[in-house]
Amino acid sequence: MPLIVRGRVWKFDDNISTDLMMPGFARTQGMSERELARYCMYSNRPGWSDQVKEGDIIVAGRNWGCGSSRPAPRMFKVLAVGGVIADSISRLFFRNAVNIGFPVLICPGVSASVEEGEEVEVNFETGEVRNLIRGTVLQGEAIPADSPPYQILKAGGLEPLLRQTVARMNGSEAEKR
Amino acid sequence: MGATMAEKIIAAHCGSDVVRPGEYVWCNVDGTAILGYYPVRQRLKELGVQRLFNPDRIYVVEDHLAPPSTVAVANAVADTRKLVREYGLDNFFEYGRHGVLHELFPHRGYVSPGDLIVSMDSHSTSYGCFNVASTPINEELVYVLVTGRIWLRVPQTIRFNISGKLPGPESFVVGKDVILRIAGEYGTDVALYKAAEFHGPAVPDLSMASRFSMANMGVEIGAKFAIFPCDDKTLEYLDGKMKRPPRAVAPDPDAKYEAVYSLDVTDMPPYAAKPHDPGNSVPITEVEADSVKIDQAFLGSCTNGRMEDFRMAARILRGHKVHPDVRLIATPASQDIWRQCMDEGLWDIFSEAGAMVTHSTCGACSGMHMGLLGDGEVCVSSGNRNFQGRMGSPKAFVYLANPATVAASAVTGYITDPRRFL
Repeated sequence: MPLIVRGRVWKFDDNISTDLMMPGFARTQGMSERELARYCMYSNRPGWSDQVKEGDIIVAGRNWGCGSSRPAPRMFKVLAVGGVIADSISRLFFRNAVNIGFPVLICPGVSASVEEGEEVEVNFETGEVRNLIRGTVLQGEAIPADSPPYQILKAGGLEPLLRQTVARMNGSEAEKR
Repeated sequence: MGATMAEKIIAAHCGSDVVRPGEYVWCNVDGTAILGYYPVRQRLKELGVQRLFNPDRIYVVEDHLAPPSTVAVANAVADTRKLVREYGLDNFFEYGRHGVLHELFPHRGYVSPGDLIVSMDSHSTSYGCFNVASTPINEELVYVLVTGRIWLRVPQTIRFNISGKLPGPESFVVGKDVILRIAGEYGTDVALYKAAEFHGPAVPDLSMASRFSMANMGVEIGAKFAIFPCDDKTLEYLDGKMKRPPRAVAPDPDAKYEAVYSLDVTDMPPYAAKPHDPGNSVPITEVEADSVKIDQAFLGSCTNGRMEDFRMAARILRGHKVHPDVRLIATPASQDIWRQCMDEGLWDIFSEAGAMVTHSTCGACSGMHMGLLGDGEVCVSSGNRNFQGRMGSPKAFVYLANPATVAASAVTGYITDPRRFL
């Protein structure tokens, strides 16, 4: 999957919780992910889910995606967001994102260096964040090459590994019989 | 160089003698859990999964919406019941015999000290109170169900040295207040990506309920694991419940901590977190000074829905009435606790006071059913999160506090220092 993304920036504050991304009350109604995504940021930024465009990039402050383990990265994938860069990212959001192949990058200081509406180019593999308006470059924390999360993100998520694993296990079950 | 508790547990589960922070390892887990309203069976079927890694180690319950409030949820739970039968999972707990998973499962043999647990639901850090390295997962649940394995990055460990003597439940200051204070003083990202350990002279005195609240809200300070040492109280609590012998761990004297935070809890006041973040916590006296009028008081959740919590609240409610403008919703963390409250006569006190006692569910705390808030409403909650929109309307305001503060506030109608009822 392409890990270099260029897009227009939406800025978000510190401590944006997964409750804001995927509100609890909307999760009991049997909605599709696309319907649910309409409620993404509905509390703190009403209308945002209609404004965000394919390939846009989110730049956030500290502790992005704190709180519940709900699969909030799917909301951004459905909205075709290009990726998230934040000063820091909650462990659960980070892990859920990698597992569905949604690019995330921890880059301390990024929220202070980009304004909403500016254009950035992000290499989620090397961690380089280029502000195309100001010409500045920031270095984020690249995921170490050959680590499991790197391989999973490169493969577009956990799905290929999961399918291989199930096929292998079902195969060895068949042999036993 | 010595190892921390998290490093020892990870090493024991990845087949290494020693692991170091930053290292990536594959581990075998001791247990995992399915939340019954997630469409897990559908995924297993799509993938053609024939068997799960170890049916005895996979626990299942539907707690968030118990029992279903919508057809969509009813269908999802019905599908989970099929999953349980098809894959031969014995540890499924039907409505009526259920509880919020973190409270229920340790009573049914889910954990033993020294375990590595990865479970659905962010408050899976809770089991750290039993000297377990436990962390939440979501998107990779199916992979864990199939293989019993997970990759982990060995975290840095931070240490909280807690000294002095906590006033305790008899004085209405409990573990909840300590973890709210930590979130306020050190920030809700102090433990991001890290293992947090709780040590110090105040810890042996802490009740298991207090330790539970602190480990539970470990995730509210960003922690991957939130681990307590194992002592006599731990083993007494788990006695007769465990299915595996305990393999307790303690940190080596020369274990390396990324940071050490010291706090003295002697004469500490209760704390409360103002809207909309658990990190907005201050001593209760500061909130009381603002005369915050409430509409709803919620007493329950996996953080504070235990016997210690209902006993404290009952001491305050006895002989008092819930304020005419307030509804008090009491939701025990398990049906066992519901039963024990009934046996101890606590529900008589709650009922006399005009409280509404419900069955066990995540309920109002999860913001999914049974007590959502309307526009402009104010709630004092013994739960774990007060994010904007968490408990219903984005225009509602939630204050987090200990169960005694919730009960005291329900009586007076505004957020109140429970020590007024001592």
